[in-house]
Amino acid sequence: MSETPKKILEVDQLITSFETEKGLLRAVDHVSFSVPEGKTVGIVGESGCGKSVTAMSIVRLLPQPSGKILGGHVYFQGHDLVRASDAELRKIRGAQIGVIFQEPMAALNPVHRIGKQVSEVFRVHQKISKRDAWDAATEMLAAVRIPAPEKRMMDYPHHLSGGMRQRVVIALALACKPSLLIADEPTTALDVTVQAQILDLLKRLQAEMGMATVLITHDLGVIAETCDEVVVMYGGRVVEKASASEIFTNPLHAYTRGLLQSIPRMDTPSKSLLHTIPGTVASLADYTHGCRFCQRMGRTSPVTRERPKFAEVMPGHWVETCPECYGK
Amino acid sequence: MENRTLPLLSCKDLCVHFPVRGGVLLRQTGAVRAVDGVSLEIQPGETLGLVGESGCGKSTFGKALVRLLQPTSGEVIFQNTNITHLSQARLRPLRRDIQMIFQDPAESLDPRMSVRSIIEEPYIIHGLGSRTERLAWVNELLDRVGLPLSAAERYSFEFSGGQRQRIGIARALALKPKLIVCDEPVSALDVSVQSQILNLLVELQRDFGLCYLFIAHDLSVVKHVSDRVAVMYLGKIVELANSEQIYHNPRHAYTKALLSAVPSTNPLERRERILLEGDVPSPIDPPAGSAFGHRISHPRYNETIGMDLSLKQISNDHWVAADPCCVSEEDWEKLQ
Repeated sequence: MSETPKKILEVDQLITSFETEKGLLRAVDHVSFSVPEGKTVGIVGESGCGKSVTAMSIVRLLPQPSGKILGGHVYFQGHDLVRASDAELRKIRGAQIGVIFQEPMAALNPVHRIGKQVSEVFRVHQKISKRDAWDAATEMLAAVRIPAPEKRMMDYPHHLSGGMRQRVVIALALACKPSLLIADEPTTALDVTVQAQILDLLKRLQAEMGMATVLITHDLGVIAETCDEVVVMYGGRVVEKASASEIFTNPLHAYTRGLLQSIPRMDTPSKSLLHTIPGTVASLADYTHGCRFCQRMGRTSPVTRERPKFAEVMPGHWVETCPECYGK
Repeated sequence: MENRTLPLLSCKDLCVHFPVRGGVLLRQTGAVRAVDGVSLEIQPGETLGLVGESGCGKSTFGKALVRLLQPTSGEVIFQNTNITHLSQARLRPLRRDIQMIFQDPAESLDPRMSVRSIIEEPYIIHGLGSRTERLAWVNELLDRVGLPLSAAERYSFEFSGGQRQRIGIARALALKPKLIVCDEPVSALDVSVQSQILNLLVELQRDFGLCYLFIAHDLSVVKHVSDRVAVMYLGKIVELANSEQIYHNPRHAYTKALLSAVPSTNPLERRERILLEGDVPSPIDPPAGSAFGHRISHPRYNETIGMDLSLKQISNDHWVAADPCCVSEEDWEKLQ
């Protein structure tokens, strides 16, 4: 990476909590990372690690009324979105920040035609006539390589296959040529062959539009294929952050290593035993203040009861320096 | 395949068609050919992997094999018994030998039953053991699948996804089956939990001499657990070989495309990617000739209409659909 490329997004010490019966639970605990212009940053982790909550905090689309951002800043092109008014946010979402949600069927309205839903984005953000919006929407469907876009404009979401629906959702997110795209598990519900199509499409559109992307996924393969930088989350915190090639060739945190070793690979011999990470992720209510991966491994020495420092141990390579999880 | 050993289970020309009804009188207007002429054999002690995209009929095939669905035609033979048309009553004793593990343990476990009653139920249905014996067996099973004994009196929803899948596995193991059909057993799980469950399945196979039909869409998972792999496309098997062959030397164009689509976790390794256009065609009105040749608009597609595209042996333990659209010219010569 060249020296200090301009950052389009800077998440700084973000804290997001949920109001529950058990009290205020912190799902995102002092998370910081930044996204350089035009680059793709992947956030990876297992379910419940806070990756989606982090993403939704950026655009303030948390479940209401329980979700609350309790601290930190999210600077998007210099503006702090945490303190932005709802009206300002509405202008930014969809126009400057596009969002792709995991489940395309849930992101589309089943009772409106595709054409109406895609042209609505243009109507809202660009204040153009119905006819112009319709034409722009048709063009957008063509841009995401949907065959026969004029015909598809008249379809309802249930007429389309999963892959085609996800293309429509991408068309919605990219309609106004945003400078930042947030993609929350964009290919998780899809088959591998369709996933390959969608990832390829995203890569090409990203290059054409020069936008930056935050890609949230649990699939390390997807990360390896698409990301420049990787943020590994565990228990609501960032445990490691580095360039993609560093993460895959020189993982430093025990969790990242464990994650990489647990995936069956095409070149491992059949029926060999895979590496496993014992235990399961603790629930939000049971999070310790100390190192959360040590909590999973059942380590309870005094050093693991302190929150480990997040430090840059090599240029551009940050890791939570728990004495048990790092450096052994 | 050579008849060294008698297959544990085999099926011949198995078809499962679902009627499509339309019009005022709801007459049958067509059929979804979910499984369309599949012949396979499963040898004792082996794992046969079955991969394909969603909608290719792999789950339907698994269910038809264990008679959770009635096949439209063809036959299923389990240890010399033709079970295709056995009544449910006659089938029951055989159910002890064939069990199933489902994708979503949250849906396949009754939330109103305690874990003990879930695992005990198979014994009660088959009238096995006294109450105390059954309890001892349940505890043994819990221990074997790595759950604490205290789990017995709790309910399935109190557990995480991985632990629930362990409950499902314990239930499937209860009757000491010979064959377990695993339908996407790890697709709903996180990677670190997925590896725990895969290891458990491999260990159980080693200890009990189990035989698995392992259905999944994730090629690297299937490759990892299977001895042989069958690749399914639109209701038909298009390639069948041992798992090393499938990975190192795929012969069918669809297998090659599937393999190339699997994201690699090595960012330094950039492979040639075969991008497929479009989706799997509808099984309601499948193309007349080669289904995959149709999807990739192969110039020789027209030749394949009416052609016999069934599996042919190309080398030792490697079978591929004799389809000029999908195999190399050299292989096509060999198959003739």
